Amino acid sequence: MIPEIGLAALWLAAALAVLQMVSGAFALKAAEGAVNPLAIYARPAAVVQAFLAVLAFLMLLWSFAITDLSIKLVASNSHSMKPLLYKLTGTWGNHEGSMLLWVGVLALSGGLLAGFEKRLPERTMGATLAVQGFVALGFYAFLLLSSNPFERLPVPAAEGTGLNPLLQDIGLAIHPPTLYAGYVGLSVAFSLAMGALLTNQVNPSFARVLRPWVLGAWVLLTFGITAGSYWAYYELGWGGWWFWDPVENASLMPWLAATALMHSVSVLAARDALRTWTIMLGVLAFSMSMLGTFLVRSGVLTSVHAFAVDPERGAFILGLLGLYIGGAFTIFALRAGAVAEGKRFAIASREGALVFNNVMLSAILAIVLLGTLYPLLTEVFDVRVSVGPPYFNPAGAIFAIPMLLVMAVGPLLRWKSDKPARLQFELALIASLVIGVIALVSFFGQFPLLPLLGLGLAAALAVAAFLPLRGRNLARVPVATWGMVLAHFGIAVSLFGMACEGAFSQERLAAVAPGGTEQIGDFAVTLESVTPVAGPNWTAIEARLAVSRDGGEPVILNPQARNFWSPPQSTSESALLTRWDGQLYAVIGNQAEDGRWQIRVWWKPFVTFIWYGGLLIALGGILAIAGRVKVDVKRRAAVTKGAERRADVEALDVASPVPAE
Amino acid sequence: MKAKHQRLVLVIIALVAIIGAGLLAAWSLRNQANYFYLPEQMASAPPEVGQAVRLGGMVKAGSIKTEADGVTVNFLVTGNTADAIPVRYSGILPDLFVENSGVVAEGSLGPDGVFMATNLLAKHDENYVPKELEGMGTDQAAKMAAETTVGLK
Repeated sequence: MIPEIGLAALWLAAALAVLQMVSGAFALKAAEGAVNPLAIYARPAAVVQAFLAVLAFLMLLWSFAITDLSIKLVASNSHSMKPLLYKLTGTWGNHEGSMLLWVGVLALSGGLLAGFEKRLPERTMGATLAVQGFVALGFYAFLLLSSNPFERLPVPAAEGTGLNPLLQDIGLAIHPPTLYAGYVGLSVAFSLAMGALLTNQVNPSFARVLRPWVLGAWVLLTFGITAGSYWAYYELGWGGWWFWDPVENASLMPWLAATALMHSVSVLAARDALRTWTIMLGVLAFSMSMLGTFLVRSGVLTSVHAFAVDPERGAFILGLLGLYIGGAFTIFALRAGAVAEGKRFAIASREGALVFNNVMLSAILAIVLLGTLYPLLTEVFDVRVSVGPPYFNPAGAIFAIPMLLVMAVGPLLRWKSDKPARLQFELALIASLVIGVIALVSFFGQFPLLPLLGLGLAAALAVAAFLPLRGRNLARVPVATWGMVLAHFGIAVSLFGMACEGAFSQERLAAVAPGGTEQIGDFAVTLESVTPVAGPNWTAIEARLAVSRDGGEPVILNPQARNFWSPPQSTSESALLTRWDGQLYAVIGNQAEDGRWQIRVWWKPFVTFIWYGGLLIALGGILAIAGRVKVDVKRRAAVTKGAERRADVEALDVASPVPAE
Repeated sequence: MKAKHQRLVLVIIALVAIIGAGLLAAWSLRNQANYFYLPEQMASAPPEVGQAVRLGGMVKAGSIKTEADGVTVNFLVTGNTADAIPVRYSGILPDLFVENSGVVAEGSLGPDGVFMATNLLAKHDENYVPKELEGMGTDQAAKMAAETTVGLK
């Protein structure tokens, strides 16, 4: 019964998406200020649709929780012996479930937009909801026609087949849902941008409506990428934190576009400049999140993440991708000319710096996009290549380095136009920090170029992030400005972590007999014993490593080589020793013929800063949202107060006519 | 600067940067893309020494030898012909790295003709096969089996 309720809710939600689309489109027909009688259904349709789609997802969640093996999806992705937490996260650890999560979040955000956003003109809102309904409809069709999550088995299975053990991890519980919510937030930004473009409302008040969605999506993407990177780092057991894997790139590309969009929206809100550019970035950001979904969901990539190996589904998502992106760029091309030119600005101004960095972000996006698609393109011609760090790192850095330098200076510039001479001190400080740190580090040893540049830039950025606060009363700095300072500082922290990992990492690989000791950096690693252990659905070989730094008190680490039996697969569970200045990363391998065990240990100085930086960036985004909301609440309160006062005055006027002067 | 001009200038700058990025990407992809070789391809037209490539094939039976340090292994990778490429790898072997099983080695050819692998991708589980080995389907495997069993008749 439960799955049938879910399926019925999905069909109803799809029908409401049609209503929302049609009714929203009628809003466009209404004259300025008037309300079309058919346009009033769009908002309620979006709200009810949100309830239904969330209901469908909850039904699936429930089916996974009780392991209802009569449902095909549960039987093929779950197992009655699995811990409850992983039963629940298994709901979105597969193709159908994750697509249902995606439409659930999409409908929910559409419902929130329809329910709470009252600042936009009705016509713009109608057009926005029509686009939102159109996007949602495509995904409902995809779910219902080609990947029904509630499909029953003719005969219930006796036992489930289990979940990929790599995905049985707390990282999976948070990583995909946050990324999806980020993707979907960008879809709302896209709908708003389309709505504003269709009704010619690209102006600062539109930007203020758009901004929280972009900021929210960006925070979630930042958080999702950070969590995903850490998950890959400790779960895959290779000691790397970013692999330029197509699936990682699929999440990085929308983030790059969203970062550009977020800054451009701020310019539009504050200065009424960059109108068309903002709309273009809105379309681009959504296209990238669609492309990300296509790459991950269609099975064109064979990796842990590609659950769907079904060409029909791939074709379906490719069709949706073409329809949305093609349609969006067509509307953009037709309507962009009608958007009036925004306010002008000089090259040396805050807008100028933001535009420069927007272009750099787009260029990095192009580099990542081409590098990700190239292997797919060549495969069509039967040439198999893979593209990795030797391409992405230098090609990306060519654009990232000027971007980071401009990022250090940009927030110090004034809006509209500024004289660089005014910033002599700051410019000299930033330049001397970059050069000084690089010179100092090169003095102590030979390091690769990119980490070296990274260290110099990180030091300069860390200081530059706080320069906008110089000479200001800290108590009166707006919350949103603190958000910017924190996010920019987070970039510096993250960059520092990446550069240190690249420049100073040490690795030791050895075959060790029990009792033997290996030295890495300041650490002495002793293999005490190797024992077999068992978990709820796996067995493992566990090493007991005693790690002591500079002869200090030893700490025990337990890396494991695990064998899961349903589905049969083996994983390497790394063991981490975290210190404030870095992490020791240990992995156990096979046993050599002579009885020694292979041990691989890394000392990665300051590697944790990569993810601390990511969290700081996300926190900065949260502060920016909080600041905007605070201002908005204050403004609304002031408006209400003003209206009350006016009403009072009017009431007084009626009571006592103004005396003649 | 006139208003119309400013928009034009912005569009041109953006286009120049994006096209520049595209050209840079195309140029460095040609140089940096990591090509995939079968053993017979590597034997007949070897890549330059030191160039990062990938080698995929089957681990030859009886060829896995572990050196005295316990972490360096040498083995031979064979393909559809008699060509066998010697591979050397230092590191933790993938769990399903066994003789007569598919493997993809990432690395580069050394001056001595030994392929220095920096990473090995073997089958993750019985359902997952490295992408490059998928092409070696049943017919090729059957052909390979037929070739290797000729002497048994």
